[in-house]
Amino acid sequence: MLESYLNLAVKSIFVENMALAFFLGICSFVAVSRKVETAIGLGSAVVFVLTVTVPLNNLVYMYLLKPGALAWLDPGLADQDLTFLGFLTYIGTIAATVQIVEMTLDRFFPALYNALGVFLPLIAVNCAILGASLFMVERNYDLGESIVFGFGSGVGWALAIVALAGIRERLRYSNIPAGLRGLGITFLLTGLMAMGFMAFAGIQL
Amino acid sequence: MQRSASYSILFAAVVCLVCAVLVSVSAVSLKTRQDDNAFLDKQRNVLIAAGLAGEDEVLSREEIQERFGPIESVVVDLRSGEERSDVDPQTFDQRKATSDPQTSRAMPNNPAGIQRVPHQALVYRLVENGELGLLILPIEGKGLWSTLYGFIALDADLDTIRGITFYEHKETPGLGGEVDNPRWKALWLGRRAFGEGGEGAEPRIEVIRGQAGSPAEDPYRVDGLSGATMTSRGVGRLVRFWLGDEGFAPYLDTLRTGSRG
Amino acid sequence: MANPAREALLDPLFNNNPIALQVLGICSALAVTTKMDTAVVMSIAVISVLTLSNFFVSLIRNQIPTNIRIIIQLTIIASLVIVTDQILKAYVYEISKQLSVFVGLIITNCIIMGRAEAFAMQNPPALSIIDGLGNGLGYALILMMTAAIREVFGSGRFFGIPVLPVVSDGGWYTPNGLLVLSPGAFFIIGFFIWALRVWKPDQVEAE
Repeated sequence: MLESYLNLAVKSIFVENMALAFFLGICSFVAVSRKVETAIGLGSAVVFVLTVTVPLNNLVYMYLLKPGALAWLDPGLADQDLTFLGFLTYIGTIAATVQIVEMTLDRFFPALYNALGVFLPLIAVNCAILGASLFMVERNYDLGESIVFGFGSGVGWALAIVALAGIRERLRYSNIPAGLRGLGITFLLTGLMAMGFMAFAGIQL
Repeated sequence: MQRSASYSILFAAVVCLVCAVLVSVSAVSLKTRQDDNAFLDKQRNVLIAAGLAGEDEVLSREEIQERFGPIESVVVDLRSGEERSDVDPQTFDQRKATSDPQTSRAMPNNPAGIQRVPHQALVYRLVENGELGLLILPIEGKGLWSTLYGFIALDADLDTIRGITFYEHKETPGLGGEVDNPRWKALWLGRRAFGEGGEGAEPRIEVIRGQAGSPAEDPYRVDGLSGATMTSRGVGRLVRFWLGDEGFAPYLDTLRTGSRG
Repeated sequence: MANPAREALLDPLFNNNPIALQVLGICSALAVTTKMDTAVVMSIAVISVLTLSNFFVSLIRNQIPTNIRIIIQLTIIASLVIVTDQILKAYVYEISKQLSVFVGLIITNCIIMGRAEAFAMQNPPALSIIDGLGNGLGYALILMMTAAIREVFGSGRFFGIPVLPVVSDGGWYTPNGLLVLSPGAFFIIGFFIWALRVWKPDQVEAE
């Protein structure tokens, strides 16, 4: 049991890295990776949001949306298939969680709150967050697996963005052509990192 | 602008209501059309796997139903390999049977990632002059992003592969999604699933990385999809699962003994 | 009215491109650009959702309470995407199968949220529609250009029609496999941004 959780964690952090293997959450990935500090901040926020939302959405799916899920409410409803409402409900839980994170940061860590700026509410539309919930539904994870998967995906994404920030901070002292400065070189870098991570593809413990 | 809390709640409720109505109306009104599309697509794919329809052929509803004429549907019991003539193939829903714990069983961890297997499955037979011409088996299993659902067609010798097709999946367009590419599907034609083992043999067919030889030289291997390692691997594993003991092997054994006896 | 409208429509093509300057909507640009037909359908889907969402958000912009505006915007966008998904499945079933999860991920396409927040909340509906259309076209431009390069040089085809005879079909062209893989898309977009900034130096970032 523990072994399969460990396997799942390693898989979601390295082999199936949200940012570098599935290319989810790239907008904030590219935009907030200028400084290692803010990258760590955003990364931690993403880890927290993912670890909370994936299991939450798992419960929503199991007890509200899946065909036959509503049977606990009333046996007559056992035929209902509400999966088409999936997108709306998952986004709902995600938006609510992000709102809570926002309020917490504003109250207790105002410096980080200001540094993250507009990208904090944009975590709600970070495709990595919605994508993780959609994967969880697709792969039929149970609650335990959802928690591990949410945490692992978050750590993987955070790892990738902090690594990229580290490289970009060093790059400040290099001679990059004006047109490539900033966004352009970041794209090329991410492409190279993605190629690097492809080496993990298919590894199974 | 700041408004009172009750206004916020009321506003939110109204927006939700309007959106919910919009979404539900579109879902319900388009549902029959979508289900129809899905059903015809599945039938079309059975025809493609059987070689009765071309990949790129656009068929009308009537044409599909007409070509489906010589194909028999029959429900089989997976564990015993017996045909169940008491179950109506027209109303049998294999996917529903797979998710219902009463008509299916959970699978321990397996390479194909299959979590549940139904007790019964719906197979298709192309009958020519009273004899079995082609056997079309439903297959499914995990790819990279999604579960792939498709069919594999076996010749009357229950060994030579005559076709494979996937009618539903959510793999990456252009990479894993190339399982839909007719040129890749054509590579399966003439390969062999089992080889000399005969009854009780494990399936030998596999999807490799890179290119395999021609079916004559390299009968048990199929080219992988470039850039789609996980999907290719998934396809190989799911094909072996369903041709193996947990899948249709008992049924294939029944057919082999039947044709000899 | 002509000038702000023209600006809203044409600016996002090169001057303020959502992908190349605003850094929005990148995920799908990487994932669906391996072939032209998926890129075209995705572009059409995004343009429709973007124009409609800008319109609806702008329509009720003065009534939305500030503290729940993100959720309201998200609800509108999500509903529009679900409806789009339903229509695709009903009328162009084959292509919707190819687009699969990425239609759902339009909800999280930051261009739509970004424009709703940055433009539709402050501008009247008519102008918002045009802004939506403009940004959608800017997005579509990058998508189709990337898809054209990736499909032609990555697999020798254009809209599925062979244009460069590929070695495995008996031709002379060895397809560039890297372009079909996602890092290839990163490189193409990176080079496009470079070219764009050489053409328009005001977009170059400060040291």
